[in-house]
Amino acid sequence: MELYDIIFYLFAAITIVSGIVVVNAKNIVHSAFSLLLTFFGVSGIYVLLGADFLAIVQIMVYVGGILILLLFGVMLTNKITDVEIRSGSFQVFPAIIGLAAFAAILFGVMTSTNWKTESFEIPATTTFQLGRLLISEYALVFELLGILLLVALIGAASIARRDKE
Amino acid sequence: MQEEIRNKKLEVGLNHFLTVSVVLFSLGLYGVVTRKNAVMVLMGVELILNSANINFVAFSRFGNFGINGELYALFVIILAAAEAAIALAIVLNIYKRFANVNVDEINNLKE
Amino acid sequence: MSEIANINLSIIILLLPLLGFFIVLFFGKKIEKLYLVEVGIITLAFVLSLVVGFSKLGTYLHQDLLYSFTWIDFGNVPTIGNLHIDLGIKIDNLTVIMLFVVNLISMLVHIYSMAYMKGDSRYSRYFAYLGIFTFSMLGIVLTDNILMMYIFWELVGLSSYLLIGFWYEKKSAADAGKKAFLTNRVGDLGMFIGILILFTNYHSFSFDYIYSQMSAGILPFGSEAWLTAAGILVFMGAVGKSAQFPLHVWLPDAMEGPTPVSALIHAATMVAAGVYLVARIFVMLTADAMLVIAIVGAVTSLFAATIALTQNDIKKVLAYSTVSQLGYMVMSLGVGAYTFAFFHLVTHAFFKACLFLGSGSVIHSMHHEQDIRQMGGLRKKMPITYYTFLIATLAISGVPLTSGFLSKDGILAGTLAFGELTGHWLIPIMGFAVAFLTAFYMFRLVILTFHGTPRDQHKYDHAHESPFVMVLPLIVLSTLSIFFWYTPNPVSPDAGWFASQWVTTPHTVVPASSSFDFMINENNTHAETSEHGVITHSEKYMHAMHWAHYPAMILSLVLAGLGILLAFTMYQWKKISPDKIAESVKGLYNGSLNKWYIDEFYNKTFIGGTLNLGGLLNWFDKWIVDGIVNGSAAFTRVFSKISGYFDSYIVDGLVNGTAFLSGFIGFHFKKLQTGKVQTYIVLVIFSMLILFYFIGPF
Repeated sequence: MELYDIIFYLFAAITIVSGIVVVNAKNIVHSAFSLLLTFFGVSGIYVLLGADFLAIVQIMVYVGGILILLLFGVMLTNKITDVEIRSGSFQVFPAIIGLAAFAAILFGVMTSTNWKTESFEIPATTTFQLGRLLISEYALVFELLGILLLVALIGAASIARRDKE
Repeated sequence: MQEEIRNKKLEVGLNHFLTVSVVLFSLGLYGVVTRKNAVMVLMGVELILNSANINFVAFSRFGNFGINGELYALFVIILAAAEAAIALAIVLNIYKRFANVNVDEINNLKE
Repeated sequence: MSEIANINLSIIILLLPLLGFFIVLFFGKKIEKLYLVEVGIITLAFVLSLVVGFSKLGTYLHQDLLYSFTWIDFGNVPTIGNLHIDLGIKIDNLTVIMLFVVNLISMLVHIYSMAYMKGDSRYSRYFAYLGIFTFSMLGIVLTDNILMMYIFWELVGLSSYLLIGFWYEKKSAADAGKKAFLTNRVGDLGMFIGILILFTNYHSFSFDYIYSQMSAGILPFGSEAWLTAAGILVFMGAVGKSAQFPLHVWLPDAMEGPTPVSALIHAATMVAAGVYLVARIFVMLTADAMLVIAIVGAVTSLFAATIALTQNDIKKVLAYSTVSQLGYMVMSLGVGAYTFAFFHLVTHAFFKACLFLGSGSVIHSMHHEQDIRQMGGLRKKMPITYYTFLIATLAISGVPLTSGFLSKDGILAGTLAFGELTGHWLIPIMGFAVAFLTAFYMFRLVILTFHGTPRDQHKYDHAHESPFVMVLPLIVLSTLSIFFWYTPNPVSPDAGWFASQWVTTPHTVVPASSSFDFMINENNTHAETSEHGVITHSEKYMHAMHWAHYPAMILSLVLAGLGILLAFTMYQWKKISPDKIAESVKGLYNGSLNKWYIDEFYNKTFIGGTLNLGGLLNWFDKWIVDGIVNGSAAFTRVFSKISGYFDSYIVDGLVNGTAFLSGFIGFHFKKLQTGKVQTYIVLVIFSMLILFYFIGPF
């Protein structure tokens, strides 16, 4: 067991345990906060994989953006004065059985496949590489994503405000 | 650190990362399928997207694909942001119409 | 100018009025002065038609300019072979002369209407209608095939309908429009059948192609009778449009439209389209068809002239005079005097348009008084209108030094020659009678309107000369009624460029056995004809024409002089009282005054007949058809009772059973449909598991 392995297990545990809490917590706010932990865990895994820029983006966008957005959603769709910000589950057993089998199959596929693992020389910092790719090979995708975000922004605003007229 | 990682015989390999990804994916799907609150369903979707991202980065690291995998993960994050914004707008509309966001009670499809 | 430039210019001339129509129609309400655009467009079209005319008559005098393209290609049609419908234009001398005439008169009428129609509530729409009319008329003139001609023919009918009924608030105007349209339909039906006969046999609409086939000896259904029938049927279209007997009834009623319209459409251009059509099909007319046409024309012209004698409405007199003159042209074509028919068409267009516009000027200044018994003495009040009107009257009466004298003289000589050659002497006799009557009633009109003392002092006091834009067209048109535009020799058109060079009789394509023998020149072949423009009649006919020339001239002069003299004696000097004459031939007078009861006859026979037939059908419906229906209804009722029992017990039992079964199954399967998306996802997951089990890697 190297230090690297220990750190990996740590982050994997954080990710999975908090993920279990996310999908099982009765209180939605609890779910949201454990989602924060999950994102941190995933971010740590990114670091272990050498994707430093992505790890930062993960924190900034997911934690700083999406999670806040989700919390807003929770707040806006529940009466805040109501202490019970609770939400139940249903069809738990069929889902557990089905998904366990599904996960088992995925796991089986994973282990039975002979992955060709050549360790790739990851540069010390990926930011430069990513930036270069974004404005050269993936310039079109980059532009399209920009437009998509703009459309999503306008669309979200217009959908949410529709019946104000 | 890179040097160290390469020189040492590490226990953790591709499969470990993929296992985390599988578990996270199943958890996300479980959340999507079982939770009643629409916001919770969205959280499940985020979990699924994260597991996919782990896959991207892991293959990018262990496969010989260069850095492109990471770039795709980046795109997924952007898409996730857009998706979350739209989905929450829809959820707000549902709330305005039905006064709750429980997906199991919104079953107009049945009639 | 090259051929293609001429053709392009012609297409531009054709499309310009259409452009004007759309501009004025769509934007005329917004912009008041837009009618000026329409006037400008027509003027431009006129200038262009002058250019094309000079180029064609100068450079390509004996050559036709053709352009056509395939419109619809049906490919290889069984039993016919390759079938395609071509559209195109053909510019020959007739065409450019007509282009000039139509555009000139249209332009003058546009200018005239600016003053005449001032203050009308649909001012701009009026100009739009004039534009669409000009477009359709030019289409008839330019086309090289009978299909396009038919299309534009109907368009002309439509625009005529719109313009006659322009003041549709007046019931009489709306009725007149309807009458014109329906009467024209009768003739057009015949024309349509004629076109069908031609197309069935030649699989082409092109005039040139059909004629080339005919001259190669291919006849419709292989028989000369069918050729005669085709000619007469197509001529029926001309009967309708050119108001020939018995379909002439619409033209006098069409005078309900605005007077400039009467001048443009119902005097100069549209009604001449019928004559133009006969000129186009002239080469395929057999002797029998030509005789029919000659008789129809002669009867029409005499018939209308007798009615014109007693009419008191200034426009009605001119209308019947138009019918009469059109009959003249048709008769002229029928007797083979092709050149003079077309010549008369052109000269008549000018002087009749002048007469109509002059009458419009009178009506305008008399505040829409049209009864000539209320007029008189207007000579002093409206000198320009009077003198131009007088020149046009002299022309239509056939007084020397006018254009009408030349063309009329030619026609009368043609009828005389025809009588000499074939023995049909009745036709020239009718022609000369009409010449006499025309001179009489036209001078009656002039004397009652402009001479003597005013009979309605109040209206006379208010009368005034029309504004400049109204008298300008009158001056132009009356100038064009003088001989020197057509020939340098005031007594014979033969020396002129018009009759000897521009319009020459085309070579007939009808087999010699069914054609008048004088129509075929023994010495000249078809090729020579087109190269040198030699008249294709036989030597015998040339002799007959030569012989007829001076007698016809002298006779027509004497008759016209007598007619004028009689008119002056009766109305100017009052030596003979018209009333006494009317009293002594009361029957004839009343017949003429009431248009020989043709309208009443049609009302009784066709319209009344249709109504009676309708009544009969109504009775038949009520008693026979309804009886059958009711009987069968009773039977059905009994039968349905029986089948009702069968239905409610046996069929319904089955149906209800099926429904119950479906409901039972549905009730149980319904439980699968929860309406919850998440349930569906779970089902999808299980389905995927099953799929994995069957086709998966394990």
